[in-house]
Amino acid sequence: MGPLVPDFIGNELNFVVAILIGIAFGFILEQAGFSTSKKLVGLFYGYDFTVLRVFFTAGITAMIGVVALGHFGLLDLSLIYVNPTFLWSAIIGGLIMGLGFVIGGFCPGTSVCAAAIGKIDAMVFVLGGFIGVFIFAEGYPMFEELYKAENLGFITIYDLTGTSQGLFAFGMTAMAVGSFWFTTWVEKKVNKKENPELQPKKLYLGLGLTLFVIGFFTLFMPERRVELLADASAAANSTEVNTMSVDELAFRLLDQDKKLQVIDLRTAKEFEKFSLPGSTNMTFDELFGKDAHKVLALKNKKTVFIANSEAEERKAAFIVSELGYRNFAVLEGGLTTFKKEILEYKADKEPVTRQEKDTHIFRTRAAKELPALIAAAKKSAAPKKKSSRVIGGC
Amino acid sequence: MNETKYMNPYLAGFFLGLLLLVTIFVTGRGLGASGAVKSGVVATVTSVAPSHTQDSKFYSEYMKEHENNPLKNWLVFEVLGVIFGAFISGLVSNRLNFTLEKIPTVTTKTRVITALIGGALFGLGSQLGRGCTSGSALSGMAVLSAGGLITMFAIFGGAYAFAWFFRKLWLEGGK
Repeated sequence: MGPLVPDFIGNELNFVVAILIGIAFGFILEQAGFSTSKKLVGLFYGYDFTVLRVFFTAGITAMIGVVALGHFGLLDLSLIYVNPTFLWSAIIGGLIMGLGFVIGGFCPGTSVCAAAIGKIDAMVFVLGGFIGVFIFAEGYPMFEELYKAENLGFITIYDLTGTSQGLFAFGMTAMAVGSFWFTTWVEKKVNKKENPELQPKKLYLGLGLTLFVIGFFTLFMPERRVELLADASAAANSTEVNTMSVDELAFRLLDQDKKLQVIDLRTAKEFEKFSLPGSTNMTFDELFGKDAHKVLALKNKKTVFIANSEAEERKAAFIVSELGYRNFAVLEGGLTTFKKEILEYKADKEPVTRQEKDTHIFRTRAAKELPALIAAAKKSAAPKKKSSRVIGGC
Repeated sequence: MNETKYMNPYLAGFFLGLLLLVTIFVTGRGLGASGAVKSGVVATVTSVAPSHTQDSKFYSEYMKEHENNPLKNWLVFEVLGVIFGAFISGLVSNRLNFTLEKIPTVTTKTRVITALIGGALFGLGSQLGRGCTSGSALSGMAVLSAGGLITMFAIFGGAYAFAWFFRKLWLEGGK
């Protein structure tokens, strides 16, 4: 599951990846004609809309891809970098950049491309960029208030407007296609002839159709996460699942079994108050993420789900079995039973048979020793390590 | 040999979009450019006047984020790649040559000054907007970031709003 950094690709290797991605980025920008200011500003004077075409097509392709990958559970969207939103600085910064665009004829990425193929005006623009950042850095105390005003956090536009992700993506696509049609018409009026670069039409009709099909499936097929969560309650009791008895769990805990992994599904508050040694707190949503994968994919471990009731545990078991994991069990009777039978163990009748006697001895010992282990674990508990969002941006 | 013509814009856009998607899938972050300029500025200032870096909030915050090595930044490596990639593209398409591009009615002096001012405005704006056309607008659009989309509309909206005043820089006769 993506993103591959930092688990599959280390931070040092990531710099090599950066160079390779940069090479492709520079190559595509230059091939698209972004290394000439005449072409870049054409968009603002109506004679050449290349920038708009490339930019919107790229944005939509990537956007549909991201939505689709997240939708089908291949990319953990909670881990990717979403540019933070600071309302006023975003608007004012954007307007200043727009002004810089029509005066200078480039934007930073394109100026680097143009400078690389020998455009002197682009080299001057790059130098100007350094000066601009320097002015900001030196004047930071003056800009800081504006820079940090109206912090809305790492929000997405569908959070902000309350529409669904798929619907918004579709709206953006429709807007882009509309603008392609409109700008082609404008371009023809301004230049008084057809743009020869827009041939062959079949090519981009094909591309458009591909994106449309992916987009269609993404929008109208139920999201896997939502679907599974909805099915889980109903299917929980009818699914066969490995169970672990309260005695086995107690034994493994006392033994400080390194192979045991406990996933605690209760709320964070309950978990804070009381938790088993070495257990990890997860929500149902988090079962779909990368952190859960790291735990569940380990083959030589014994993973057990605990919750207050066994039914809750079975819900989680259903979800992860649908996700393709096999190596897990649920705690028989849930944590409620575990507390009653082990931690607060009291013999209600005299043990008679050999087995009853063994159980009695074990549970008496567990009731005495486990609370100490739990207390010790709480004291020494390492701060919870969760995968965090990648930090990106300019 | 003549310059080869540019790629079909929709095809180029599709490739660029795929590249951005791969970038997000592999690294969890998008493309960018202005961040590398920021690294460069911090690195330059730090080597010229180290005491100034410590005194100024902007530089010291940046240094703290980058473990005291401002150039150890993903975007710095990416932009080095961009230079190389664009150069290769220029080479294969016969577009390598030193020129100052401008329309005949604009003097060289004017073009140099406007490029410098434009660059400076873009540099300043990209700091306020937390990214430029690639880092904020394009990458922001891909992940549907509210801030990224707002910045995108502000950049293009601003450029259209100001375009008329600077038409003489780009249109012959300033029509």
